[in-house]
Amino acid sequence: MHIPDGFISAPVAAVGIAVAAGGVAYAVKATNKKMGEKQVPLMGVLAAFIFAAQMLNFPVVGGTSGHLIGAALAAILLGPWAGVLIMTCVLIVQSLIFQDGGLLALGVNIFNMGIVPCFIGYYLYRGIAPLFRKRKLGIMVGSGVAAWLSVVIASVACAVELAISGIVPLGIALPAMAGVHAIIGIGEGLITAAVLALVLATRADLLELQKA
Amino acid sequence: MKFKWWHGALLLALLLAILSPLASSSPDGLERVAEDKGFTGAALEPFFEIVPDYVVPGVTNEAVATIIAGIVGTLVLFGIGYGLAKLLRAKGEA
Repeated sequence: MHIPDGFISAPVAAVGIAVAAGGVAYAVKATNKKMGEKQVPLMGVLAAFIFAAQMLNFPVVGGTSGHLIGAALAAILLGPWAGVLIMTCVLIVQSLIFQDGGLLALGVNIFNMGIVPCFIGYYLYRGIAPLFRKRKLGIMVGSGVAAWLSVVIASVACAVELAISGIVPLGIALPAMAGVHAIIGIGEGLITAAVLALVLATRADLLELQKA
Repeated sequence: MKFKWWHGALLLALLLAILSPLASSSPDGLERVAEDKGFTGAALEPFFEIVPDYVVPGVTNEAVATIIAGIVGTLVLFGIGYGLAKLLRAKGEA
């Protein structure tokens, strides 16, 4: 869902940069002096894992592919603000070094694939997971659903930005983007739940870092 | 050096990077919508190119070029994430 330059208008790009800059500045403030001993390597491996996983496009229907965003995963493990920082690092490197996502569109991309899915993913997970009597089941279902919706809402944000930019009408962009990402999001949900199952089996304590 | 949990996690990320040539090359969700709705052409060329499309320039074998790009990117992001977390870590923690 990396928006290249040209898909969004200059005002939308400018607002995106302002919102992303404000969000990242606040994220630094919110996480500063709060990183525990275990969080330092976890933040490193999450950034590395999300970058690598984003390269692995998986095929979905109709000659289309999708890849993990990873924002919900990062936010569930480290909290939404640290998640925003991780996604920002990934998106900056992708844009600057790999020309994936436009330079001017970096702000909107950080908003769409960082801020929006981190908060949707985190709070939805926090809301759903405790509803299950079996803890593991709650984590699996909660993270899967949260990750799925985080992708769908991110695609809605993207559609709205395209529409405001005048590139495609909202009535066309919204169903098209939400429709294809409702399918891609299933991959996001499955991968997120699988990674958390792996964490639960090997280092269950890492899932306790974010006790609200 | 003792093997720590995150060494395993980093190895897993590097394994994914090595598998990256297997990724589907079909357009992603946004690219699909752009093609179907006819606004692909609106995309501007990047201002500069370093490793476009995750293929290291100058390497003839595209799979190898993709793997190198994946490994370098994965290690760079590990370094950035780790370094940033260290800067933000709680006082008194090692």
